[in-house]
Amino acid sequence: MNDILLRADNLTKYFAVRRGFPARRLRQVHAVDGVSFGLRRQEVLGVVGESGCGKSTIGRMVVRLIEPTSGKVVFDGVDITALAKRDLRNWRRRLQIIFQDPYSSLNPRLTIGSIVAEPLVIHKLCTKTEIRNRVADLLKKVGMSPDHMRRYPHELSGGQRQRIGIARALIVNPELIVADEPVSALDVSVQAQVLNLLGDLKEEFRLSLIMISHNMSVIQHASDRVAVMYLGQIVELAAADEVVMAPCHPYTVALVSAVPVPDPRAKKERILLKGDVPSPIDPPAGCRFHTRCPHAKPRCATEQPELREVRSAHFAACHFSEELYA
Amino acid sequence: MHEPGDASVIAPDLMRDERTSALADAWRSLLRNKLALFGAVILAAVVAMAVFSPWIAPYDPSLQIPWEGRRQPLTLFDSGRFVLLGTDQLGRDLLSRIVYASRVTLVVSFTAVAVSGLIGLIIGVIAGYLGSWVDAVCMRLVDIFLAFPFELLALSIVAVTGPSLSVVVVVIALRVWVVYARVVRGATLAAKEKDFVQAAVALGASELRVVLVHVLPNVVTPAIVIATLYVGRVILIESALSFLGVGVPGSTPTWGGILGDGRAYIDTAWWIAFFPGLAIMITVLGVNLVGDWVRDYLDPRIQA
Repeated sequence: MNDILLRADNLTKYFAVRRGFPARRLRQVHAVDGVSFGLRRQEVLGVVGESGCGKSTIGRMVVRLIEPTSGKVVFDGVDITALAKRDLRNWRRRLQIIFQDPYSSLNPRLTIGSIVAEPLVIHKLCTKTEIRNRVADLLKKVGMSPDHMRRYPHELSGGQRQRIGIARALIVNPELIVADEPVSALDVSVQAQVLNLLGDLKEEFRLSLIMISHNMSVIQHASDRVAVMYLGQIVELAAADEVVMAPCHPYTVALVSAVPVPDPRAKKERILLKGDVPSPIDPPAGCRFHTRCPHAKPRCATEQPELREVRSAHFAACHFSEELYA
Repeated sequence: MHEPGDASVIAPDLMRDERTSALADAWRSLLRNKLALFGAVILAAVVAMAVFSPWIAPYDPSLQIPWEGRRQPLTLFDSGRFVLLGTDQLGRDLLSRIVYASRVTLVVSFTAVAVSGLIGLIIGVIAGYLGSWVDAVCMRLVDIFLAFPFELLALSIVAVTGPSLSVVVVVIALRVWVVYARVVRGATLAAKEKDFVQAAVALGASELRVVLVHVLPNVVTPAIVIATLYVGRVILIESALSFLGVGVPGSTPTWGGILGDGRAYIDTAWWIAFFPGLAIMITVLGVNLVGDWVRDYLDPRIQA
């Protein structure tokens, strides 16, 4: 049996931006540029990077809320980027998404019951009486009470709303869930609850997860493997602990050094990158990180490094990984 | 709030659109809201006035008694005729005219507002949701309608079709739908970017379902506000059409028409213009009070 549930193949998304009037010059934001990765069944893949690096775009391409410019997403052996819209609708229930902002992700005019039941109604999965039972059941599983069915989203707190978002994604028994910054809009105390809930549900529903976050601690806690992104590309891909303990890319090293450690006496070398992230409209030639990399050499400005296996099961896109982090 | 032991909490309603209970629910909400209830009473009275005009009006509204013209309110004539609101320039009883005028006025204003609202809502949602060239075409169409002199449009249409009640409604609807379309398009653009719309798409909802369940309910609020504002505006637009001679034909009085006639006598017989104006004002007040309540009622966030 094939162990790989989902494979992204050279995924690319350019957004057109129009500038200038009347002579419009068409320019493109290189949001995601040639990203490939695989996701095993019941694996949690963390995607981490700063804002604007394309991680949310990847998440939305995987569930096909955004059409990729090129490349494909193969889910369970089927290229879903090539599916016609009608066929796609049936596939949708196998991959679901949880959104970042729990205040925007629930329709304010519907009751919680209607929101959670909507997928069942759409896919005509069960009868009216069964719907009620399944919704009640699932609300309990995400730590809510069936009494909440009659409530409206505005009556709930952010954490509760996020639980509703999770319940809505789960009710169709999906195989893969993309969690797009699922906790970054929540209070820190609630973040842990929601993360643990996701972890428990992952076991119970035998889910695979793509966890998108800008928070390295969240990612390390929640994922099996981690993909680090910079300017629309994956720069490093390895097991979560490997990425944090033994990073092989200068950008990851800088990112990890920024993670706060809960020990005031811990001496840490803090790597401060100079300058800003270059514009994704005009990404630098060669290695995209070379403009800010403390170890940049002439070769980096001309030749784009491939994502390659620098150690066993540890991929990095840097020409000098071995020399720097042997 | 639910009382403890309330059966509805134990057996919760999943779908809000269970029709019978929704109607009863609306009625209870209306009874709770004193202002809205007041508005509803006004509207009911005005509608009753229109329906039962022959029984309410004391005199024939078109009976002219020229030598009894422009008499002030509360005049008792030697003939025994008592005019509560005075007479107009031709000696017709103003009260009877206003009572009868409510018929055409209400029909024209409510149908025109409803028809234009329907057109504007549909086009606005389509333009906003589909975007790209559909949006461009619809919005340029709106621009054309806004740029075109309304009076000229009305005159040319009536010149072709001849004046009638339905033509007046159509002409006014042509003028008003653009207002809805513009505002609803904007609201749709905002609504469709919300994550819950994306979530519905990700769940496999059809586009029709996305629009009807997730977009439409979240754009009706501005449409209702426009509707309440435009009931009054439309009554005045109708009077402008009557003034141009392309309004509702014949001797059928309308509030706007009476108001327009009375304008010429405002310095000698203020009541001819004042009382139809008052009728318009009271009706618009009622519509606004009820409209506010409808808007709040449809929004679960505001419910008391």
